[in-house]
Amino acid sequence: MIKGTDRQRGRAGAAIRGTSRHVGPVLKVEDLSLYFRASVGVVRAVEGVSFELQRGRSLTIVGESGCGKTSLAKAILRLLPRNIHTYKGRVFLNGTDLMTLSDERFRQDIRWKEMSLVSQAAMNSLNPVLKVGYQVAEPLLINHNMEKKAAFERAREVFKAVGIPAAFLDRYAFELSGGMRQRAIIAMALITNPSLVILDEPTSALDVLTQANIMNALKKIKREFDLSFILITHDIATSSELADEVLCMYAGQLVEHSKAERFYREPLHPYAQKLMASVPTLHTEKKPEFIAGQPPSLLNPPSGCRFALRCHRRFERCEEDPPLFQHGDETVKCWLYEKG
Amino acid sequence: MENRAPLSVISRVDETDSRTLLSMQDVRVWFELKKWGFLKAGFVRAVDGVSFKLDQGQALTIVGESGSGKTTLLRMILGLCQLTEGQIEFAGRNLDGQKSKDLAWLRSQVGFVQQDPYGALASFMDVHRILIEPLIINRVRREEHEQRIREALEEVRLIPVDDFLTKYPHMLSGGQQQRLVIARALLLRPRLIVADEPVSMLDASVRVEILEMMRGIQKNHDLSVIYITHDLSSVRYFSERVFVMYAAKLVEKADVREIVQNPLHPYTQALLAAIPDPDAKNAAELKAVPPGEPPSLINPPNGCRFHPRCPHKIEGRCDVDEPPEFEPGPGHLVECWLYDPEAGAPPAQTTMTDRAQAQAERQTAELQDRDN
Amino acid sequence: MKRQLRELRRYPSAMLGLAIVAVFVFVSIYTVIALPYSEAIRLWRAGPGVWEDYPRRAAPVWTDWFTSKKLPRTIIVTLEDAGTLTVQPIGDGMNRVEIVLPFQYAYDGFPKELSLFTQKSMEAYSGQLSVYWRMPDGQMLTLQENRAMRATHSYRISQDMDLRTQLGGTPHQGLFARDRTLPLAEWQPLHGNYELVVQGELPEQAEILSAKLVVFGQVHGPAGTDHLRRDLMVALLWGTPIGLLFGVLAAIGAQASTFVLAGIGTWFGGKLDAIFHRITEVNMILPGLAILIIVGHFYSRSIWVMLGLVIALNVFSASMKTYRAMFLQLREAPYIEAAQAYGAGNFRIIFRYLLPRILPTLLPQFVIIVPSFVFLEASLAVLGLGDPTLPTWGKVIYDARVNDALLMRDFHWIVQPSALLMLIGLGFALVGFALDRVFNPRLRTL
Repeated sequence: MIKGTDRQRGRAGAAIRGTSRHVGPVLKVEDLSLYFRASVGVVRAVEGVSFELQRGRSLTIVGESGCGKTSLAKAILRLLPRNIHTYKGRVFLNGTDLMTLSDERFRQDIRWKEMSLVSQAAMNSLNPVLKVGYQVAEPLLINHNMEKKAAFERAREVFKAVGIPAAFLDRYAFELSGGMRQRAIIAMALITNPSLVILDEPTSALDVLTQANIMNALKKIKREFDLSFILITHDIATSSELADEVLCMYAGQLVEHSKAERFYREPLHPYAQKLMASVPTLHTEKKPEFIAGQPPSLLNPPSGCRFALRCHRRFERCEEDPPLFQHGDETVKCWLYEKG
Repeated sequence: MENRAPLSVISRVDETDSRTLLSMQDVRVWFELKKWGFLKAGFVRAVDGVSFKLDQGQALTIVGESGSGKTTLLRMILGLCQLTEGQIEFAGRNLDGQKSKDLAWLRSQVGFVQQDPYGALASFMDVHRILIEPLIINRVRREEHEQRIREALEEVRLIPVDDFLTKYPHMLSGGQQQRLVIARALLLRPRLIVADEPVSMLDASVRVEILEMMRGIQKNHDLSVIYITHDLSSVRYFSERVFVMYAAKLVEKADVREIVQNPLHPYTQALLAAIPDPDAKNAAELKAVPPGEPPSLINPPNGCRFHPRCPHKIEGRCDVDEPPEFEPGPGHLVECWLYDPEAGAPPAQTTMTDRAQAQAERQTAELQDRDN
Repeated sequence: MKRQLRELRRYPSAMLGLAIVAVFVFVSIYTVIALPYSEAIRLWRAGPGVWEDYPRRAAPVWTDWFTSKKLPRTIIVTLEDAGTLTVQPIGDGMNRVEIVLPFQYAYDGFPKELSLFTQKSMEAYSGQLSVYWRMPDGQMLTLQENRAMRATHSYRISQDMDLRTQLGGTPHQGLFARDRTLPLAEWQPLHGNYELVVQGELPEQAEILSAKLVVFGQVHGPAGTDHLRRDLMVALLWGTPIGLLFGVLAAIGAQASTFVLAGIGTWFGGKLDAIFHRITEVNMILPGLAILIIVGHFYSRSIWVMLGLVIALNVFSASMKTYRAMFLQLREAPYIEAAQAYGAGNFRIIFRYLLPRILPTLLPQFVIIVPSFVFLEASLAVLGLGDPTLPTWGKVIYDARVNDALLMRDFHWIVQPSALLMLIGLGFALVGFALDRVFNPRLRTL
């Protein structure tokens, strides 16, 4: 890395001021697929996912375990494991086709500059021998080549945004509670002022009150910094906290993408309907239902609609895998909506 | 162990006229902390003055966050750890919480369902072996083994039984694994089952199935169940009664409906306000959350343990004396000075949630202002 | 676990390793059956007469694949096969006796030694015999003239100094040389039919019981011989079961004990755990080999004592700490807590819940450590502290070293046992590391 060239300094400056405005969706995913090679065969973890996300909006991806939502996040961020079999499709970030970039280019320019990730239980992966403030400032020091003073100043700003007192910059990870550590991780993801932050189960290991606190912080940040979020979770109730739009996944495929108001009230896809029906509610009387059966194996997925076996509304057309239909503003992968 | 009749008919062996199964009186479990291996450095007061009664056939949920002491309470009920102080009575028998023999007896009376279904099963044992272990250890008669195993598996609907007997845990789905754990808990025909977050590691669509099944088993066999969870929204599908635990104490006890509609303790109110129902409106609103963190169990605050975070703290009272248990409504108990009948009329409950709600609305408005 | 063992088939290195180990195991079994223990000990003790027909320090027969010359094998001629005995009474109670022992010699080199063994029925010295040597070109040389013979007589022709002076070179070379007038370095053996003739007069009562001419070859047997004329195959064959047994017993004995003790110590924690730790730390510093040497020197070199001592010294080894780390993690596992909840006692939990969980990951360890114990036993023997009665590979190397094998260019003596040691190490290592990859998937590279 060449230090101090105009280009580098220019980039760093842009990072602090905020990325230049790009008109159009901040993220556009086209037919993204990810298959793994396992000793027993090929696992089709993500199959043909397409969606768009506008600037300043947040998208929640919901689904149960094994539906491919974490793999999708990894696919977007190109954090691929070694046993990859297929990785195809296109991902556009602020208009740039990410698939055309080399791995090194991706690492330098995109990952943690334009896009960052808060992964599951990341709070446990804070380096125990470094001070928290230093760790949070690290992306700036290393990737952006900022001076120490400026980087720490930024770290202080970001801590304030997530709700950690500035005094904690000098503490070590073990001196922070679980909630604080998770906030520190979120701060680390925000410090380079990316356009998009992906959060994978950010609060699943935390208590209810801490969770509410962190969600509050995220909501504030979203407004303040005009960020786009992708929140991935299996907890349907929490998912509504940070959702302008909802993307529901089942067996590696996208089955519904609708606005939050529609999804939480009256989802379109039968699986989404059943999923919503299975969530117990505190403030309303409701008898939750369950879905009998299990999701299909991703090694040998059925050739037709993957939910057909458990679907209460299946019919003959379902023997064939449905494409994604447009239903107004929404997208549904179900033959019931063929007419649009 | 008395030779009990088959699971479907429980004969009452003890002659107490009340149906009280478990009674705890002022129980404390304190762990000694040692500095450098032998110097005394204080106590972790994991359970600090807990009292309650549980009837046979009744289901109870204990709600608490991590650090509230609920895990220790659970282990003590299971007979896995000793009491420091207090009395425990089970099935009419007075137990000395410090004698290992009594604890061992308690262990054989209480079944345990754990949070992590895969972790709770020995991965190198097949289903048959997993189920036969408790029977061997508790010296159940050989002839009864096969019958009990079959009954237990049929009870949890892991059928056909013969198909499952030779399977290993990793061959079962999450839901099936948890059913196996439940079956194992039923083998010794306990009177009480303790379940620690039994469905939190299962998928949403499976949870209800398991909960309903447990409810059915409970009703059929007149079992008592104690659930521990932090997920208040599913409580009403578990049990009729709820206890809220905070910092080693049970701060509120009530029927589920009461607690949801009329939470009295400020902590309970905070919990309820913080739990979202899936609703798109949530994204635009901020939640009212009390500041701070749960207190350390080594050095709890003076007086009421919630007072540093409580929006309704009474100066001079809440930070000095620990509140005793009050009963502002029938069956509804609270440990909070706000409900002291001698201190005058308790503030109307509506004011409290209103106040919290108002604060949340204010913050939301601030945010939306920034938008425009 | 069976599933994982089947996975082993995917690794060619493991298959090779298994093949090697299988060969050694097969050889062990074969050896124990074909050459019983008592017999092997008897042979190895090299009592009188046991190895008299074997050359000293002969190389293995197959070494002449590597040379252009055809090296001489051992030739034995006895009365029973090609030899002839004629007895003629000549009166006065005496017999005229003639023994002819013929053979063919077609090798490119000279024999190592030459000896004549005779046996007659009368003990006392009686009668006189002369020994003659007929060469293919008709030359007749006199080896001995009118000598008395003992009942059992070994005439070491090679060491006959008079003969040596007479021939101008060592007898076993001179008696075969084509042209003795050439300088010694240029002597070539003469191919053709040779005869050893014994003639003389003996009393009637003295019967010739046997006569044997041994032309000792330079190469002998599949493995050659050592300084005591012992066929090295005995030691190489018997070294296999002994080495294997020592290695496996020591590995299992030490590792299994460590494993169980670590489990018990970690489970009970507190003082017991601390005691185990202190013992381990002290034991790690103790110089194991030095202790073995001292005990071997002053007390006993019996292999059972050594085995017991090796196991004892290795129980509280560094592995204890590794196992402890694994057990510590497992101690908090939910299924252990569940077992406690349904009333399992401490030892049941240790042996039926804790140990079996870790056992598969430790199996590779057991396998990998076997060669170190095999080498340990060999090292002790090489240092001269091996069991003096047992034929082991280490003993062979020791003998070779003490008898200047390399100096005398008897390479087979050192190379063979060393190669076997390396091979057995290789076999176990290949299997062990492949097992490691199967049981510890994190080490796998997909």
